[in-house]
Amino acid sequence: MTELIFDHSHPGRSNDAQMLPPGPEPDDLPEALRRAERPRWPEVSELQAVRHYTRLSQLNFSIDTHVYPLGSCTMKHNPRACNALAMLPGFLERHPLAPPQAGQGYLACMYDLQNILAEVTGMRGVSLAPAAGAQGEFAGVSMIRAYHDARGDTGRREILVPDAAHGTNPASASMCGYQARELPTDDEGDVDLDALREAVGPQTAGIMLTNPSTVGVFERNIEEMATIVHEAGGLLYYDGANLNAILGKVRPGDMGFDVIHLNLHKTFSTPHGGGGPGAGPVGVRENLLPFLPTPMVGEEDGRYIWRTEAECPDTIGRMTAFAGNAGVLLRAYVYIRMLGRRGMQRVAEYATLNANYLMTQLREAGFEVAFPKRRASHEFIVTLKSEHDRFGISAMDFAKRMLDYGFHAPTMYFPLLVPECLLIEPTETEAKEDLDRLVEVFKTIRDEAESNPELLRTAPHTLPLRRLDEVRAARDLHLRWWPEDSAPATGTEG
Amino acid sequence: MSEVPSDLKYTTAHEWVRVEDDAVVTIGITDHAQAQLGDLVFVEVPEAGSSLGAGDAAAVVESVKAASDVYAPVAGEVVGANEQLDENPELVNNDPFGEGWIYQLRVENPDALDELMSAADYEAFAESEED
Amino acid sequence: MPFIPHTETDVRGMLDAIGVDDIDGLFDEIAGGLRAGELEGVPEGMPEMAVNRLMERRAAQEGRPLCFLGAGAYPHHIPQAIWQLTTRGEFYSAYTPYQAEASQGTLQVTYEFQSMMAELTGMEVSNASLYDGGSALAEAILMAVRGNRKAKSKRVIVPRAVHPHYRDATRTIVRNQGIELVALDFDPKTGTTPLEQLDAVLGDDPVAAVVIPQPNFFGRLEDVDALTDRAHERGAQVIAVANPTALALLTPPGQWGEKGVDVVVGEGQPLGIPLSAGGPYVGFLCTRKNLARQMPGRVVGRTVDADGKTGYVMTLRAREQDIRRSKATSNICTNQGLMVTAATLYMSIMGPEGFERVARHSHANARALRDELCAIDGVSAAFDGPFFHEFVLRIDGRAVTDVLGDLAGEDILGGLALAPYYDELGDALLVCATELHGEDERKAFAEALARAVA
Repeated sequence: MTELIFDHSHPGRSNDAQMLPPGPEPDDLPEALRRAERPRWPEVSELQAVRHYTRLSQLNFSIDTHVYPLGSCTMKHNPRACNALAMLPGFLERHPLAPPQAGQGYLACMYDLQNILAEVTGMRGVSLAPAAGAQGEFAGVSMIRAYHDARGDTGRREILVPDAAHGTNPASASMCGYQARELPTDDEGDVDLDALREAVGPQTAGIMLTNPSTVGVFERNIEEMATIVHEAGGLLYYDGANLNAILGKVRPGDMGFDVIHLNLHKTFSTPHGGGGPGAGPVGVRENLLPFLPTPMVGEEDGRYIWRTEAECPDTIGRMTAFAGNAGVLLRAYVYIRMLGRRGMQRVAEYATLNANYLMTQLREAGFEVAFPKRRASHEFIVTLKSEHDRFGISAMDFAKRMLDYGFHAPTMYFPLLVPECLLIEPTETEAKEDLDRLVEVFKTIRDEAESNPELLRTAPHTLPLRRLDEVRAARDLHLRWWPEDSAPATGTEG
Repeated sequence: MSEVPSDLKYTTAHEWVRVEDDAVVTIGITDHAQAQLGDLVFVEVPEAGSSLGAGDAAAVVESVKAASDVYAPVAGEVVGANEQLDENPELVNNDPFGEGWIYQLRVENPDALDELMSAADYEAFAESEED
Repeated sequence: MPFIPHTETDVRGMLDAIGVDDIDGLFDEIAGGLRAGELEGVPEGMPEMAVNRLMERRAAQEGRPLCFLGAGAYPHHIPQAIWQLTTRGEFYSAYTPYQAEASQGTLQVTYEFQSMMAELTGMEVSNASLYDGGSALAEAILMAVRGNRKAKSKRVIVPRAVHPHYRDATRTIVRNQGIELVALDFDPKTGTTPLEQLDAVLGDDPVAAVVIPQPNFFGRLEDVDALTDRAHERGAQVIAVANPTALALLTPPGQWGEKGVDVVVGEGQPLGIPLSAGGPYVGFLCTRKNLARQMPGRVVGRTVDADGKTGYVMTLRAREQDIRRSKATSNICTNQGLMVTAATLYMSIMGPEGFERVARHSHANARALRDELCAIDGVSAAFDGPFFHEFVLRIDGRAVTDVLGDLAGEDILGGLALAPYYDELGDALLVCATELHGEDERKAFAEALARAVA
């Protein structure tokens, strides 16, 4: 197996090209506050480090190397221009506390971005401060709470979420001091309206929804839902996880939502980076404007300025120390300027075309989709219940076998209400021939499931590692490397 | 169908309850519940001395794919917990009704135990949930 | 069509297969009244060449000033290898490593990051990152309140010498969970947090946690051993907020006082991450092993595959929002993975020796700069005592904002005016130096400042 960087370490080896002269002894620092021993970091050459991390990179699947139809994650092409232009030295060297007059270029981009995102979502104002989708959700629900509190309406303690919602929704509601209450989904994938009517009341602070929903269909009753929730005095929160499906075609503001967050690392093609950074801007209607998180960019006499707590006394406050994930915001801005208004709508159109085509072809091939009467949005669910019952293989086995064929697995076992499910999102940037290849791989794997199910159960076979033991990892925790001579006894290792 | 010992009482949250002496009950999760959760990797047991209302979350059982609360079937005071589970959570998988017990409660009102399900009722309940 | 590969033939074939006439037919479940009109506020698309020009023009407007601003974001030299490797597509365009077998690169890098951060802070475990230092402090406070059930308290003491923006972000994040943040004053002479002051604020009520910054927002070094021990004596957990570069020279929080702290958080930006207008950075969080289950966010652990070969997976997953939902330790999902990659590369390439030298030079340059600036009439040090690479100046005779304006006119960012955050400090300026600020840079600053205050 691949060695750790620590295994390449030799005492005394250093990178002299990176090395400053020894430097003066910090003799003014009190001895009691001085570090006695250096951290045991690796001592390797630049080449060893470059080679080690290049090799590690090659163990990853990524959009640049593989088709990545991961439902609910919008793994589309990350244009290289977005990265290169966000990394121009003027932007990279800008200090977060540099005064606006020191440089207007970055602020100009952010001001444009706020306005464009407001327009494309039908919102009145946007703050770019939240660092990721979950932080955007938290900011959004905090604003709902601030809105009710400001009106002295403090008895509202519940946030409604569909049972198929992303886990971040109830978790964000909890962090705002609210109780999450689940709503059932009906047979055709819409939220059960009767259950909604039953659930709303004076305790309802709001509802959190994705639309299209997490089951891959457009919530058809959205206008009626908005009326029911608003009449009960609650607000509607739009989780932008699935905005790619309707970008520029349907605006959350027009559906009746009061507050939204966007995942720029999904819809606006900024990289996922192996788990982040993302960016989770929030947008609001008029009634929530005073509560937007700071800082924001404003304009005064043709100059761009920061708007902070001083100008926005009712703000819910800062989300991070500075202004969110600025470099991610710049990447999204470049993407948006290349797409333009028509290009944005095309994103939704072709994402939907690809999903519906793939769904049609998989049904043709005999796979069962979860909501056969419905159009797919940008994604859809295949259930392998029948294959599970007939061949004794699970969705996980199927997904792991896909890796052997050079396709990243779809999202598995989410949403939980469909058994043995795969949530598949091809995105607009995949070509037809790659979708056709994906269908062929599905057929091949099903044939294998029939003839040799063990092949699936023990997959993957062609990757550097076979299936990993997650149970062992969780029972016997090894969360870090230790030097050989100081490793704690087994079972107590950190 | 999984094992359902007939001398125990059961809850709709898939806990079993064994009535010991002196109004003390031992509580664990059923064979059916452990099978649904899969290999357990951690069990958080309640602290002795804490008092629980009926339906309060008392313990947590975690597998790599799920985490579930274990509730107090009736009100009472925690009088013991299975410390072995800290190092060996798999006891719940291997012996759910024996070495995999989770905690003990001194029951406030022993009559409340009459509300719990019998083995036969639980078996029927668990089957109806399967559908 | 930008980033859409479909030919007309493809589209026709796909629509026929689906059985609709045109793409619009795919949206037929959406009520007509909901369809958006022209997006007039969105500009027309531009080819890459034109966007290049636009962005180059805007980046040029930023200039490349000589920067003596610190205050939570620090200019350091970043070896070229770091971002060349970090932006390799296999790191850059990968998702969160849920499919472990197809993500060993990201997982192993994260495991190495956790190992190096634990070494640096003197703690047993680290998580796989939070958004930044400010939000990491909030998460640490939530974690400490969760983990310190014995204290039965939601009172947390936060010195005013902690970065004011960290305190703001913390307030935003914890305020709806019934947590009481209690301020702890600093000594106006030394700019540090006195033990007596901690005693006064501790009072007789139980306390869940005490936050201790090192160095603090003013660059000053706190008496961390005494503060840590006192907090522990009172049954509080201790949360350190530390600058990673400073830890090359200073006692790691895991060794503060008798027992060491319980949680360490901070901003990882100095570890190879560009200033970039404030983000993306990387918050780190390290703790003791017995608190690992209270940690927010992702953690990577070592295991074996079906053949017994070593590999890595995300673990302790049941704490996270996708499994635990409303009872998760945090709502965090996406973290700062790519920044973890950059920081890991930085720590590997610098090594313990190279890193210590960065810290020594930053410290030495800051000392020299303070002496050089304090030699100017009307400029003096606001606080006595040792500091790491930041210090506070007092300016007499001229408003700090005017002085900073003059300096900006000479393309120098001279520091941060403190009055908006600490009214009592008056015309005070927080100044930073790192290894980038050698004799020439310092001389340029000193001469410009002399002109500005004259």
